[in-house]
Amino acid sequence: MKFKTLSRIFAGAVTVLAASGALAQSKPTELKVGITTFLSGPASVFGVPGMAAADLYIEQLNAAGGINGVKIVPTYIDEGVGADKLLSEYRRVVQETGTKVMLSAVSSGNCNIIAPVAEDLKVLNILWDCGTEKVLEEKRYRYVTRTQANATIEMLSTVLYLLKTKPDMKTIAVMNQDYAWGRDSWELFRNALLALKPDVKIVAELFPKFGATDYSTEISRLQALRPDVILSTSWGGDLDTFVRQASQRGLMKSSLLVLPLAESSLERLGTALPDGVIVGARGDHYFLHPQFKDEPKLKNFTKKFQEKTGAYPIYPVFHMVQALDGLVAGYQKAIKVNKGQWPSTEQVADAMRGLEFRGLTGTVKIREDGQGLEDQLLGVTRKVAGYNFPVLEKIMIYPADLISTPVGQKSPEWVKTIKPELINNPRFKQLN
Amino acid sequence: MSQDIYILAVLDGLSYAALLFLVALGMTLVFGVMNIVNMAHGSFYALGGYMAATLGLWATAHGASPAWSLLILPLAAIIVGCVFGALMETSLMQHIYNKDPILQLLITFSAFMIFEDLQRLVWGTQPYFVSDIVNYLGTADILGITYTRYQLMVVPGVALVVFVALRSFLKLSSIGRQIVAVSHNREISTALGINVKRISLLTFVVGSILGALAGALASPTVSWVPGIGGEMIVLSFAVVATAGLGQIEGALVAAILIGLARSFTVYLLPELEVLIPFLIMVLVLLFRPQGLFSVAQSRRV
Repeated sequence: MKFKTLSRIFAGAVTVLAASGALAQSKPTELKVGITTFLSGPASVFGVPGMAAADLYIEQLNAAGGINGVKIVPTYIDEGVGADKLLSEYRRVVQETGTKVMLSAVSSGNCNIIAPVAEDLKVLNILWDCGTEKVLEEKRYRYVTRTQANATIEMLSTVLYLLKTKPDMKTIAVMNQDYAWGRDSWELFRNALLALKPDVKIVAELFPKFGATDYSTEISRLQALRPDVILSTSWGGDLDTFVRQASQRGLMKSSLLVLPLAESSLERLGTALPDGVIVGARGDHYFLHPQFKDEPKLKNFTKKFQEKTGAYPIYPVFHMVQALDGLVAGYQKAIKVNKGQWPSTEQVADAMRGLEFRGLTGTVKIREDGQGLEDQLLGVTRKVAGYNFPVLEKIMIYPADLISTPVGQKSPEWVKTIKPELINNPRFKQLN
Repeated sequence: MSQDIYILAVLDGLSYAALLFLVALGMTLVFGVMNIVNMAHGSFYALGGYMAATLGLWATAHGASPAWSLLILPLAAIIVGCVFGALMETSLMQHIYNKDPILQLLITFSAFMIFEDLQRLVWGTQPYFVSDIVNYLGTADILGITYTRYQLMVVPGVALVVFVALRSFLKLSSIGRQIVAVSHNREISTALGINVKRISLLTFVVGSILGALAGALASPTVSWVPGIGGEMIVLSFAVVATAGLGQIEGALVAAILIGLARSFTVYLLPELEVLIPFLIMVLVLLFRPQGLFSVAQSRRV
């Protein structure tokens, strides 16, 4: 019977795998790393540059000897196929190819469903790009860590920058995408803003459909309301379309635009984005980071990335490099703990806690709950000679330890407790 | 201010309805004649936008004035319709006219997925945007709100011209009357000596051109990204179903209804914006399952 033969082969394979598990400490020839990223759908504006970054950086790491001589071999999974199929692909890669390390995911929704599965499968999972703070606040994991910040830090730093730039603001309107990120990020932003400046009036809360292509009604309404500030945490094609339609109709003349994710759209938007718009970068990374732009690591990578893809690196690119640097640092720490021997997955997972490492920009520290502490960079747009798209000026860096939800607390509640004194904390530095 | 809001909402609603109508028109025309809900219709919308962006970039690179866009946009639609529409009709649709509706749905849906991948292959995943024409035509201030002349005049204007042209074509020209005859009954039309095969091809190409034209017209105000066709197919299906499948005048009324309802919700009840097209569709189908404008089918046997 065919079925019997097949199941025997499977049983044999499982035995072999189990045996190799017992000998985990012997150094493998290669380290398989599964990477989930968007290769299709609207979020491929992040996923495809992320994959290009992974290819480029892994090649660079392997050329320098990999991790203690072990080469990194990536396998990519498309997040655009939907949650169910993603999960089965994830399981397949872990269980059938013996992959011990996963970098997943871009989408917050995917991070939320992958984390418990990774814990079950006992595979080290680095949340490499998603923003949701809930995933690590609502449950404790051993195998799941994150090598970058989360939505709380990103939104709080944006509020702080806004209140520093426009302290006399009285009204605000929001226009976010109608899905988890758009709603959750607004909840965090609103709670933080009202804690720091309780007299601000919210004049409109608009949540157009995810992937909407026409914002003209929203723009008419925003022009009629004339709020001091318009926030949009949208990204990708949605953000590009909104900004272009808004700029065609001069919306930025009556309101200050705040776009916490727009670093990833700057080059595409080109001249459609006027000067003076507040832009965030979902971290402290930016290819013209005033402190690091002349450091060889960032400079060379930016050059190579541009040669390879024709575009400047954007935040998912930095996040990918950060995840890989974090992974390498975690393995090296675990190897040291293990007295030079190749570590087990558990040893690496434990080593990730308390780890300090550097990606292309500032230092990231991983807390005991697995959450990365990553500083935040914000600036305002300005056209300068040499680039055919706006660059950031008046850049401020917000140290992560001052604006992170303490371990064990829930972000939407915690941000309500912050005090207005925080706005002028002397550790918030302006760099250019 | 409160009265102004109604005028603004009507302007916004009409300009949105115009695009919606163009996409729905192609879909409903194809259904009327072939009795097939073409799930790949959204792909023509997407391809039309991509083609318009490519031609626009090429024209800009050769120093052409943005005014040429007014020619380039319909040209892009015609290219897409004649190439991809004709290709799909001859290679796929022809073979499934007499098949089970479920099978037809599955086959056109797989065509949609093939087109999606094709777009990624050709145009990649990064958004496209060519908006020179919008900036060229400038803006107009109405009640203190700035509108682009493009969305206020060009888009609704084209939709209206297309509607009138298509109606008179179907009513007055010989080929148009043949199309109407085929839409009533394929067999009898064949018996009457109409070349049904040719009429089907022609209808499908025209339907595809209409879908692509909507895409081309939308492309100067929208960042063109992978997956954009799927979004449109759902909305235009709501329009077509509300109107009643195959109803051309109905599609116009339904598109305006849904466009206006949507813009009024943005002003008055923004939470419902995403829901409203489908709410209208459900309400209509609940009381008139055949759609607003369909007449009861006469028995054929």
